[in-house]
Amino acid sequence: MQTSEPKAIEVTDLTVAYQDKPVLWDIDLDVPPGVLLSIVGPNGAGKTTLIKAILGLVRPAAGNILIYNKPYEAQRRIVSYVPQRGSVDWDFPTNVLDVVMMGRYGALGWVRRPGKKDRELAMHALEKVGMEAYTTRQISQLSGGQQQRVFLARALVQDATVYLMDEPFQGVDATTERAIVTLLQDLRANGKTVVVVHHDLQTVTDYFDWVMLLNIRRIASGPVDETFTPNNLRETYGGRIAFMK
Amino acid sequence: MENLSALIRLDYTLMIVGIGAALLGTVSGALGTYAVLRRQSLLGDAISHAALPGIAIAFLLTGSKAPLILVFGAAVAGWLGTLLIMSIVRLTRIKYDSVLAIVLSTFFGFGLVLHTLIQRTGNANQAGLDTFLFGQAATILESDVLTIGILGGVALIIMLIFWKELKLLVFDEGFAASIGFPIRTLDVLLTSLLVIAIVLGLQAVGAVLMSAMLVAPAVAARQWTNRLRLMVFLAACFGALAGVSGTIISSTASRIPTGPTIVLCATVIVGLSIAFAPNRGLVWGRIRHRRSRSDLKTAADGLLKQSQQRSE
Repeated sequence: MQTSEPKAIEVTDLTVAYQDKPVLWDIDLDVPPGVLLSIVGPNGAGKTTLIKAILGLVRPAAGNILIYNKPYEAQRRIVSYVPQRGSVDWDFPTNVLDVVMMGRYGALGWVRRPGKKDRELAMHALEKVGMEAYTTRQISQLSGGQQQRVFLARALVQDATVYLMDEPFQGVDATTERAIVTLLQDLRANGKTVVVVHHDLQTVTDYFDWVMLLNIRRIASGPVDETFTPNNLRETYGGRIAFMK
Repeated sequence: MENLSALIRLDYTLMIVGIGAALLGTVSGALGTYAVLRRQSLLGDAISHAALPGIAIAFLLTGSKAPLILVFGAAVAGWLGTLLIMSIVRLTRIKYDSVLAIVLSTFFGFGLVLHTLIQRTGNANQAGLDTFLFGQAATILESDVLTIGILGGVALIIMLIFWKELKLLVFDEGFAASIGFPIRTLDVLLTSLLVIAIVLGLQAVGAVLMSAMLVAPAVAARQWTNRLRLMVFLAACFGALAGVSGTIISSTASRIPTGPTIVLCATVIVGLSIAFAPNRGLVWGRIRHRRSRSDLKTAADGLLKQSQQRSE
């Protein structure tokens, strides 16, 4: 093992089980700083669980996870999480600006309410995702793509170093897809590390520079041109893949 | 002269009862908003039914009917019931709704057995314990109002202090956990607030129907607003309104149980809200629909006329 550069994320021997059934088995993953990594694999491969394990939201049966050499609890403030859009009730009575300001709650801590500065930061984040015209819009009146951009703005407002995104491209329109890609590239240009759970195999090579192929076990991970090979894909998807190249 | 003093006494009783009902409506309406938004409406039902044996046990142990003692017993039992529900869901594969049903009916059945036993003892002091089943607001005394006011006030203040945290918990639990808020603790806090709101209402509304006081005002409030702050405020107002109107109706007519009357009042508010609220209301929706259809028709007629003119 090299010790020269600290890894942005370092997962070793990670196993997660739900009631005896392993959903992640003996995962090793090193993510160097400043890469755009997509996690790819079939349904039930454990992609979301891996993200949640890194965030400490599910308890692993075994293994170790470090963010810049420290456990997650010590690094919360430099990590930002974009949950799946479908994980919340968008009929909740609140508006766009309010959701984005939730990204400041961690920095605010207990009881303190967001103030003028938090509002400005939230507005700035909304501008970055092209949603500044929707600040007072009730969130149930947004399209799927707009909801996704609100979630991304909430992550941006955290001003993190490492971003973990669960299927941000799921069910979004072309405008939003382009906006997200631009955003990811901006983040990388600023030295941030971004891990994205991704479904669309066609766009992996265009959007990302690293890829992890996952199906309960780690099949492969590394730079896209070395890792995203037909052989690895076949191993990940079990031969159910015919449309590649 | 005697008539006058009787009237004043009646008015005073009614006023006390009205204040009590308004307070508990406010507390349960405001806190019920969170239960509704978390889709935990049935949890309120389980808590209120589970609280019943607590009242009986508190009376058996102390022999007292002091509101604080009975409320405390109810709260402990309601809390244990909730804890039991949460642990069974976590430790077994039984589905949440089944667990609710099992715990609710077991505790409630146990409570009924205890109440029957107490009645059989012939303890003269026990009269009035059965009001906790369907509620009897006429039994509300000054001391009850004081208990409701203080405990309910504390619950509402705690809700306001942790406003931001509770909002985040209800909207996006996973995100809340990722930025370091202990969601288990917040969950327990919110549930405890619900337990307080429920046990305060047991005497007036009764165990059987108390959960309606959590759910109905919040459902009505949701029709009128898209903002959480306003929703909580409106739900509190609707709860108070239902409480007061229900108690007044039930105490003027002879011995109608208050719980059902309050719940019916709340239902009327829900019905009116669903029908007439702007944006979400059915009536406005119908009018909008008709208007847009007639707009469409005018536009279509215009186009038709244009094309006819052109072809001529």
